[in-house]
Amino acid sequence: MNLVLQLAWRELRGFFGRALFNRDRGSARGLGIVLACLALGVAVIAGVGTLREATDAGIAQDGRRILGGDLEVDGGSQDLPDSLRQWLNARGAVTSEIVRMRSMLVQPDSGDRLLVELKAVDHAWPLVGAAVLVPAAKVSDALANHGLVAERVVLDRLNLKPGDIVRLGNASFTVRGELQVEPDRIATPSILGPRVLIGVESLADTGLIAPGSMTQHALRVLGPPGADAGDFAAALRIGFADQGWRIRDPSNAAPGVGRFIDQTGQFMTLVGLTALLVGGIGVANGVRAWLEARAASIAILRCLGASARTVFAVYLVQVLVLSVLGIGIGLVAGAVLPIVAGPLLRDVLPVPPVAGIYPASLALAALFGLLTAVAFSLVPLGRAMRIPGASLFRDPQTPSEVAAPRGILIATGVLAGALAVLTVLSSPDRMLSAYFCGGALATLALFRVGGWAVIAAARRMPRVDVPWLRLGIANLHRPGAPTRLMLVSVGLGLSTLTAVALIQGNIRQEILDQIPASAPSFFFVDIQQDQLPKFEALLAAQPGVSASQKVPNLRARMVAVNGVPVEQMQVSPETQWALRGDRGLTYAATLPEGTRLSAGKWWPADYAGKPLVSFDAGLAKGWGVGLGDVIRVNVLGRDFDLTVASLRDIAWRSLSINYAMVASPGFLEGAPHTFIATVRVPQAEQAALLRSVTDALPNVTGIRVEDVLQAVAALMDRIATALTATGSLTLLSGALVLVGAVAAGQSRRMRDAVILKTLGASRSQIRGAWLVEFGIIGLAAGLIAALVGAGASYGVVHYVMNTTWVFLPGTLGLTLFLCVGAMLVVGYAGTEAALRAKPASWLRNE
Amino acid sequence: MDHTHSPAAPNFIEVRDLILTLPSPAGPVNILRGVDLDVASGEAVGIVGPSGSGKTSLLMVLAGLERASSGSVQIDGREITGLGEDDLARLRREGVGIVFQAFHLIPTMNALENVAVPMELAGRRDANAKASAALESVGLGHRLTHLPGQLSGGEQQRVALARAFASNPRLLLADEPTGNLDQATGELVMDLLFDLRARSGATLLLITHDPVLADRCSRRVHIADGRVLSGQPVAA
Repeated sequence: MNLVLQLAWRELRGFFGRALFNRDRGSARGLGIVLACLALGVAVIAGVGTLREATDAGIAQDGRRILGGDLEVDGGSQDLPDSLRQWLNARGAVTSEIVRMRSMLVQPDSGDRLLVELKAVDHAWPLVGAAVLVPAAKVSDALANHGLVAERVVLDRLNLKPGDIVRLGNASFTVRGELQVEPDRIATPSILGPRVLIGVESLADTGLIAPGSMTQHALRVLGPPGADAGDFAAALRIGFADQGWRIRDPSNAAPGVGRFIDQTGQFMTLVGLTALLVGGIGVANGVRAWLEARAASIAILRCLGASARTVFAVYLVQVLVLSVLGIGIGLVAGAVLPIVAGPLLRDVLPVPPVAGIYPASLALAALFGLLTAVAFSLVPLGRAMRIPGASLFRDPQTPSEVAAPRGILIATGVLAGALAVLTVLSSPDRMLSAYFCGGALATLALFRVGGWAVIAAARRMPRVDVPWLRLGIANLHRPGAPTRLMLVSVGLGLSTLTAVALIQGNIRQEILDQIPASAPSFFFVDIQQDQLPKFEALLAAQPGVSASQKVPNLRARMVAVNGVPVEQMQVSPETQWALRGDRGLTYAATLPEGTRLSAGKWWPADYAGKPLVSFDAGLAKGWGVGLGDVIRVNVLGRDFDLTVASLRDIAWRSLSINYAMVASPGFLEGAPHTFIATVRVPQAEQAALLRSVTDALPNVTGIRVEDVLQAVAALMDRIATALTATGSLTLLSGALVLVGAVAAGQSRRMRDAVILKTLGASRSQIRGAWLVEFGIIGLAAGLIAALVGAGASYGVVHYVMNTTWVFLPGTLGLTLFLCVGAMLVVGYAGTEAALRAKPASWLRNE
Repeated sequence: MDHTHSPAAPNFIEVRDLILTLPSPAGPVNILRGVDLDVASGEAVGIVGPSGSGKTSLLMVLAGLERASSGSVQIDGREITGLGEDDLARLRREGVGIVFQAFHLIPTMNALENVAVPMELAGRRDANAKASAALESVGLGHRLTHLPGQLSGGEQQRVALARAFASNPRLLLADEPTGNLDQATGELVMDLLFDLRARSGATLLLITHDPVLADRCSRRVHIADGRVLSGQPVAA
């Protein structure tokens, strides 16, 4: 063992010496690439993991501030009863009331209006943390006497300054300033419009609160000193059983944000693993180049009595030392980068990450790095141990010409399997990770087949008369040509970026570009029953209104399915959203236009029996619900058991009014409720319609579909940007491998260039030949990357996001263009270096 | 001995006051210090001299692979010292064949491809047929598809000879062509070289340490310390 370490160290010492003193860089380059590839791949995985943990820690650390208290009782659209307040106050708890809804904020002088996310708070708000107003003021003072504060964007858009009067519903408010910091913003995000804050006592004057209006009532609670939030919540749940409220504590302060971070982090980790996979190819290539340069030394060692095992051990030790060094560099970068980048990402991340070392993420990244390094270096090491001493006396044998022992191939397979298992086990979504592993394997196979096809095609290509073209094509299939390696190194990274670009393109297409022609321009919500005739009259008076649809709207909370409380239900991940919070519920006597039943029958128009429901077929599948099953919902505090009578295929993309649940008539008409209307009107008439409706019916809120879609698209863009950034690192990793591959072949190219020049080749002929070679590889890699990217994006768009995948030829065309362009640039750079070689000195030295 | 030179023939090569100075870490090194040399068309000249005397450098300058520091070099009446790299490349592919001591075949091309390359670069459509015939003439008709690594040293040098002669160059430059070969193989290769030259009538400049080989040329030029010391006809 001692001898193995000594032998390993003697050569490594030479490597470090060359690296430090910049001598004879060529032979050390192989191991340098190994170092760089591992460091980059590990850094990406460690960095993403650290950032994810640091953000989670930020949520956990700031849980009370984010939640706005020790507990939050969310009553949905129902006001929370006084008995709850009394129960809480009797136990020494402090409470704060919050009501949230969407509304139109109107500047009366100009008539301009803006959809805003309205939040009405009491004097106790915020219970935790501090709000910052500009000019500085106490929140309760600023909101007193119909005061209002709003985000900067509201003031800018409506051209408001402190002292100006604005209107919300039926009430006027005085602008008191800008809401600069809202401590509990993350838990109550404003998605469709900017935030406006008013006092809860003035909310009643607005007339916005009416039975059935789309509001959200919550009570924030600061527990009695010394009380445990969990225990307190448990006591609360027992004291108010069957109320159906959602009670959250700081450990679950922002579940939506947590899910967002988990999902984004998951995708970024998978992209990081792709970078490591590309790096693995760099490792294999680097180790091979290093061992090829040592073929003579290995043969000498064998002649001097070293066993095959000794040779294997010596070089395995070297690879391990270099790997540990590369992994170490990657871990340091991965741990430090989020700390450095944290402040820069403040606007992108929902909460500031807590700077620190997160050993679990680092350990996982290190394990990934080590498994990759060993898995990808075993085959070249196995080949090296097969080099016989006798090769010194014959034509020199290089490791790539020798087959690796069977045991080594099996060990490589086992390690690759371990990598896949680790990928799946360490992922929050194991199914997605399993698909990723399968996809990665298929992609590697595809590039291998692609490389074989390029070589076979080049070999069989009919003879062309243009010398440089013929030379370039021949270069692709000559013995030892790096065609396969260059193809996979540029192609893998590009496949990832193509997939990300196609997913992003599909999202945008889905959200913005593919709005159906029949899609409405507006949703008007909270129309009271007695306001319907006036609303109809307003539409009739407005030119350009081409279609409108009005349906009753109630808010319902899922309670149980077939007697199983929703908290205990096991449903598919993509349908979990429907169990959370309030859901819209409507009723209809006749089958709504455009409805397609996938199972069951619609009830007769004069039906008056037990409550029935027509349920979304997609949700029914995810929940395991079928015809005849009973869904218990809570509407305005009362439970109803609805028997599933039919299932409907809902085209959510139509953007018309779609309800997951449509109830039979007869039992809901009496419940207080509002109406939702959709209206289609040309762009030019939209402002006028919004103005006429919200002036005449101040409590009604008009939501412009295009604005909502823009807001959703902006959110999606942020996710896509994160993925693109990580995907770029995969491309960087691929570039490293590519540069390594080109560099490894540079001496061969230089020799060929010198000989060709000696034989009379002009510079343009040599350059042309190489550009043909690189261009064809780039084209092939681009085609395969486009295929892989399209397949991967189809999988994510169709199976993960459950939406329709669209073919985007422009994006794919750009992929091809970039790929060929990048290869030509690399090829040109390599050519220039080789063309600079002086024939005389090279010929002399040889 | 080769007797194809006639004193009345015009000079194919005219070298005047050729100076070659190369940089080195220890400062400029004067390789050629004012070489004058005339070689008549069809003449075979053996260039001899000790190691480091400048023989190979002279050959490199004549092949356009090294740029003279000063002086004049005319090949077939054309001054080459001022030519650009691509013009020199054209000069080589159209009229110069070179044979090296280390063969310098492209290892990833088979024998046929190696021989055909210069003709392909010149755009000749019959490159493969010519290359095949050239390999046949050096006795390697059965080794067309072999890679250099699959050939012996002597066979590789025969491929290099075929490559040099295949396009019927008017000037043949050979730098120690037997230096890497055993005596028997070396003699075989040299027989081939002189035989091919005799058939083609090309002008030959042969660099060698071997006086016996030099004696097979029509004239022997002795170089030492970057200068031509003497140039006398070889006695019959």
